[in-house]
Amino acid sequence: MITIFLKILSFTGLVLTVVPSILVFTDAITFDMHTNLMVVGMLMWFATSPFWMKEKEL
Amino acid sequence: MAQNFLQRLDSRLVSIDEYEREPVPEKQLKGWRGFLGMYAGEHTAGTEFVIGALFVAHGVSAVDLIWGLLVGNLLAVLSWAFLCAPVAVKTKLTLYWQLKKICGGNLATLYNIVNAIMFCFLAGAMITVAATAVGLPFNIPMPGLDDWVPTSVGWVVTVFAVGTVITIVAIAGYEYVARFANISFPWMFLVFMAAAIAVLPGLGVHSVSDFWPAAKERIWTGVPVEGLTQFTFWHVMFFAWFANMAMHIGMSDMSILRFAENWKMGFSSAAGMFFGHFLAWIASGILMAAAAGAVAPGVIAFNSAGIAGAICVVIAGWTTANPTIYRAGLAFQAVTPDWKRWKVTLFTGLLTTVIACFPALVMNLLDFVALYGLVLMPMGAVVFLDVMYFKKLNLISNYADERGIKFNWAAGLTWFLTLTMCLFINIYFGVEIFFLGLPGWFIAVILYIGFSFLLQKQGVRQKDERKAQSL
Repeated sequence: MITIFLKILSFTGLVLTVVPSILVFTDAITFDMHTNLMVVGMLMWFATSPFWMKEKEL
Repeated sequence: MAQNFLQRLDSRLVSIDEYEREPVPEKQLKGWRGFLGMYAGEHTAGTEFVIGALFVAHGVSAVDLIWGLLVGNLLAVLSWAFLCAPVAVKTKLTLYWQLKKICGGNLATLYNIVNAIMFCFLAGAMITVAATAVGLPFNIPMPGLDDWVPTSVGWVVTVFAVGTVITIVAIAGYEYVARFANISFPWMFLVFMAAAIAVLPGLGVHSVSDFWPAAKERIWTGVPVEGLTQFTFWHVMFFAWFANMAMHIGMSDMSILRFAENWKMGFSSAAGMFFGHFLAWIASGILMAAAAGAVAPGVIAFNSAGIAGAICVVIAGWTTANPTIYRAGLAFQAVTPDWKRWKVTLFTGLLTTVIACFPALVMNLLDFVALYGLVLMPMGAVVFLDVMYFKKLNLISNYADERGIKFNWAAGLTWFLTLTMCLFINIYFGVEIFFLGLPGWFIAVILYIGFSFLLQKQGVRQKDERKAQSL
């Protein structure tokens, strides 16, 4: 259950990394908002993904 | 306590070399998933920020870029699948140990030194890339396309700070870095894409249909920066094919693909080629065009993705410089077996950091990458022939191992003469370095077969003479 929750947070972090740039492209948000949301996305990804991503296989 | 720490460190580093000197056992073989992830991660690195940008600086046109990258990356994948993977799966050894069997200890060591020096330059480029982002908050003046020597004291201090941290981590925590690189990849790739999308309106792209006209007129314009050579479809195609020549045709990736269940897993390299060397190179070209003349990756990434972009450049540089320094350390260790591994890694890190101070390396990265592949390619041809075709040609495989010699002259002469002939083609026929790998490989094949016939015939004659004398 916790893993599912962590995965949701991680993928939300990835969404916050890429979607704001599309919103800048469509002129829906400002460039500053895009860079701020990318920071939030980065923090969410790195704070949660190490707990569920598997070890490197090679 | 310090001694305890060093002992633990040493045993950790030793444990990484599992199965380095023996074939990988069946139960340790890996499936598709591991290879796909590894290739995708390894080929989305700090240097991708530079390579795509340099294509723009060299004035490649949009049509040439797209077709050149598609064909070149496809040829690279085929090289992994049909040249490197079959050899790796058949021998299940690292390149170094296979070379030792074919070429003898002395020639394999010489190859190792050359390989290690090349690794130092490559890792140096990655440290330089990371330093362009670390220096941002301190307003350090960043090097430009024309800069060859360190541009300021601040730049040198920044490079040394980054190099020191990377070296310490390479000594103490290689496994953690490998894991961190694995975690970082999906995020790094999306930062590349997001940064490129966000700057498109600044290039006059406001809808999908605007992209292609802007790509031709404002990004890949076909006009090089003054003083740089004009790139064509052929430059892009050969560069994309040979950017990792040392790994596929040069056989370095035997160390990875020896864990493959079958040779078809060589096709997993497509993940690295089409994410890293297609999409990421296109993205970095867009970023360069939007940056209005800036070439420092840190500046470009910060302007397009803010703090996350700058951190992405640091992580991309760091996660790729670290294993490269570690590999270079391993290669140097073959020459200094009495040195502890951490000492060799420290020496390698310092050498790499000094190299990284010179922006000439990053500004001429395309030429260096081509040279790196070319220098190591002839030995890849030697290994390929020896493992796959020597028995069919009635020649003895692993000649040095069979005869107990330390220097196989057939392989040594093939290496030196191939490079000499490539230099000759370059100087007298004006063929650029990006194109030399292809004729070079065929030269190496012909020379190695010819020299092996001569050497092995002579070896058989001497053996027969000794046998006759003993009777």
